[in-house]
Amino acid sequence: MRDNLHMSHRLPERDKPWMMRTYAGHSTAAKSNALYRGNLAKGQTGLSIAFDLPTQTGYDSGHELARGEVGKVGVPVAHKGDMHALLDGIPLDRMNTSMTINATAAWLLALYIVAAEENGIDPSVLQGTTQNDIIKEYLSRGTYAFPPAPSLRLIADTVAYTVEHVPRWNPVNICSYHLQEAGATPVQEIAFAMATAIAVLDEVRPRVGQEQMGAVFARISFFVNAGVRFVEEHAKLRAMATLWEALGRERYGVHDPKHLRFRYGVQVNSLGLTESQPENNVQRIVLEALAVTLGRDARARAIQLPAWNEALGLPRPWDQQWSLRIQQVLAYETDLLEYPDLFAGSHVMEGLVGELLEGARAELARVDEQGGAVEAVPYMKAALVESHRARIARIESGQQVLVGVNRYTETEPSPLTDDGGIMTVDPAVEAEQLAALEAWRAGRDEEAVRGALTELARVAASEDENVMPATIAAARAGATTGEWAQCLRDAFGSYRAPTGVGDAAAAPSGEALATLRDEVARVAEALGRGLKILVGKPGLDGHSNGAEQIAVRARDAGMEVVYEGIRLTPSQIARSAVDEGVHVIGLSILSGSHRELIPDVLEALRAAGGGEIPVVVGGIIPEADAEALRRAGVAAVYTPKDFELTRILRDVVAVVAEHNGIAAAA
Amino acid sequence: MSREAAALGARLRERDLGAAPAALNLLENRAPARRPEIAALLAEVSPARLGGEASAHVVGVTGPPGAGKSTLLAALVRVWRARGRTVGVLAVDPSSRRSGGAMLGDRARIDADPADRGLFVRSMAAGERLGGLAPATRAAAQALAAAFDVVVVETVGVGQSETEVAEVADSVTVVVQPASGDVLQFLKAGIMEVPDVLVVTKADLGVVADRAVRDLRSAVTALGDTPVVAVSSIAPVAGIEALADALDAHRAGLNVTAARTRARRLGALADYVAEHGERGLRALGGRRTAERFLAEQDPALEGPALVDALEGRAGAG
Repeated sequence: MRDNLHMSHRLPERDKPWMMRTYAGHSTAAKSNALYRGNLAKGQTGLSIAFDLPTQTGYDSGHELARGEVGKVGVPVAHKGDMHALLDGIPLDRMNTSMTINATAAWLLALYIVAAEENGIDPSVLQGTTQNDIIKEYLSRGTYAFPPAPSLRLIADTVAYTVEHVPRWNPVNICSYHLQEAGATPVQEIAFAMATAIAVLDEVRPRVGQEQMGAVFARISFFVNAGVRFVEEHAKLRAMATLWEALGRERYGVHDPKHLRFRYGVQVNSLGLTESQPENNVQRIVLEALAVTLGRDARARAIQLPAWNEALGLPRPWDQQWSLRIQQVLAYETDLLEYPDLFAGSHVMEGLVGELLEGARAELARVDEQGGAVEAVPYMKAALVESHRARIARIESGQQVLVGVNRYTETEPSPLTDDGGIMTVDPAVEAEQLAALEAWRAGRDEEAVRGALTELARVAASEDENVMPATIAAARAGATTGEWAQCLRDAFGSYRAPTGVGDAAAAPSGEALATLRDEVARVAEALGRGLKILVGKPGLDGHSNGAEQIAVRARDAGMEVVYEGIRLTPSQIARSAVDEGVHVIGLSILSGSHRELIPDVLEALRAAGGGEIPVVVGGIIPEADAEALRRAGVAAVYTPKDFELTRILRDVVAVVAEHNGIAAAA
Repeated sequence: MSREAAALGARLRERDLGAAPAALNLLENRAPARRPEIAALLAEVSPARLGGEASAHVVGVTGPPGAGKSTLLAALVRVWRARGRTVGVLAVDPSSRRSGGAMLGDRARIDADPADRGLFVRSMAAGERLGGLAPATRAAAQALAAAFDVVVVETVGVGQSETEVAEVADSVTVVVQPASGDVLQFLKAGIMEVPDVLVVTKADLGVVADRAVRDLRSAVTALGDTPVVAVSSIAPVAGIEALADALDAHRAGLNVTAARTRARRLGALADYVAEHGERGLRALGGRRTAERFLAEQDPALEGPALVDALEGRAGAG
């Protein structure tokens, strides 16, 4: 009896900790390699590679859209030489590497395979993950390159290829992380992730045959988010495990319990990290880490934690070290790993899981009605924009508390941010990378590259030939990221994802909004026509939450809003602004390329004859940069601490009024 | 001020496409004080000044939300530009009744070289007026028709919007997606006017699209000889050239002077009613009497001159 009791609440031996990673990479392959080696020396147990936006979207450093982005949010990898430099001295046969790469996942995986081969390592021993989830790119993150159908084909091709040739690789990480960043509720996060997994598995099934489906199912892993409501978030993971198992059994005929296990990695929430009193983010991160570790039955396989200062700018190595130490304290100092599942038999947890399952099944049915995840992209996108709108409204009204933001805002000056508290990427990196790329091109066998790309084009145009072998051959020959992607763009066509803003519900008419509407109407009357605003996202940054929410609120305030989605060049934005006859332009950039792109837009506006149109800017913009932008002619700069959209828009209307000689309201 | 406005009109007449944004800014201005300027601009692009009707092909594109109009339009614009034609697009989006605000441009962006002056895209909020068109759309279409080879008026809706679009456009195309039974019903019931060209999008859907084309063909055969074109606007793109040809064919068979004259008169009456309401209409002796009065006016008179004539008539009566 005693023994049984003993056995039921203690584990015979302490669990092995989860894999610890830090999402990292910047500037150049060599600089990132040094960072990785440093992180591994500090006790990190896996790698997590952050690529820069040109690499993620398939452009070489010299492309017009790459401007300002090279080496910013991650490392540029243009060819196998860069991959070699990135992984120099890291034992690939023993390393577990996660690559946050989607549209160009097949290509980066090929570069990784070639780098291993050329180091004498058999690809069959490689372990790691390519994120490779394109649907959430359409829904939230924005680094897609091709239309949905060929994108899904690329995903299925990598799955079919790896199951056979790189069997320990997770070819797809169904990624609900970015859905929560875009405002998803727990129910939406569960349902949309499962819908995406179904779309991928349905695409793979005809390529591999039923006898392989168990192995395929087992290689699909998830990459989830965890917010600060950590009890409910834990329930979410248990619900996902339940749904996943049911899906495997019922839809794909998988029965081996090992194959049916729900495996996930996690990066905890960044959406809730604040610019005000940023030190509070540390406790948020700790609590979110609990969400994915507390219950043994739904514990993460791999964890990466954001840094406390993410809302301020790029974290420094020290900031990332702090986040790694959080994981290590949790895993090695606490007794967390000594017990079986803490929530077995908890009626609270069971109840929460039941609620989430019910909601997720209903939501899945709605997606299914539309013909599945691909067809339902516009529906899901609009649903996310709507959820995020509701979230912001709750924060603005104070109904949802954010400590240090909408409550308890009194603060001492923070010693942590005395020196700015962030890292900046040397602007010289872009030119450096460009020169290195030209040297690479000059040194390779041009004929071999042309031949490999011609073969890739042939395969891409074929109905069902797997693109991986031709992609690997192109990697081996020395082709570049931009060349590979352009070859496929030519074959597949280009695509713009829906913005989701058209269907967003109108904001409830609070007093502040009503006052703003009156002011918009007054200024419009004086202007003689509707107050027209262009909301623009220049460059490759696909984080469109802010732009979308401003667009929707501006509409609700009575403005005529032109919003054309992400990834526009400065000259496209300038041309639209002039042709559309807007009274003001609002630009949003979160990737750190504001120092290059905002002056570019101002210059393009002058060239297009719209130099007089006032410009306001929002984004993760350090104060020193904000000052420089204002000097360059930007009318106002907003950062994450400016969370009240109505107030921002009141300013914008005032800018328009002043600019047009309209007297301030009485 | 009126001189500057007239200069803008003259630039359009001389096919200076760079004048389009400023011209539209003025035409959209609803302040009574700006009316003389608007009249001055439009006078410069009137048939009298042009020596006949503007040579542009004014194309109306309309259909229910989600039918794929914008993607189709983007593909069509590429075909027209490849054929060397300049294109001005007026895209009308609905406005919120509550706030008056509008989400414009939330549609497939027509991706083009921003240095290409041969393409001009302008979004317009429909405002409070029912029927699909924004208050300034007619005037804008008229002004752009003096400068561009093709002017597109795009509106959202079915059952109402194509009626107003038909008043400004030489050729109207209604865009539907496969399995849109409502359009079929509207056509049969006569709620919807038969368009000049019917387009079924998403032809890549195969059997479903084929059936939709068949159903629409049999429906319109009973009503006239409207061509039905199936298109796929996404790769593999198909049917867009055929659609451009069908629109050209319709335009070639059209009495443009009669159609444009009618359009100007109906537009003037709509503007008059928007300004003076039902009471104003009664002062003219009702809609039919007003239409008869307009039919007696000089066919070359442009919108503001016709509104003046109506106002004079109402005042006299």
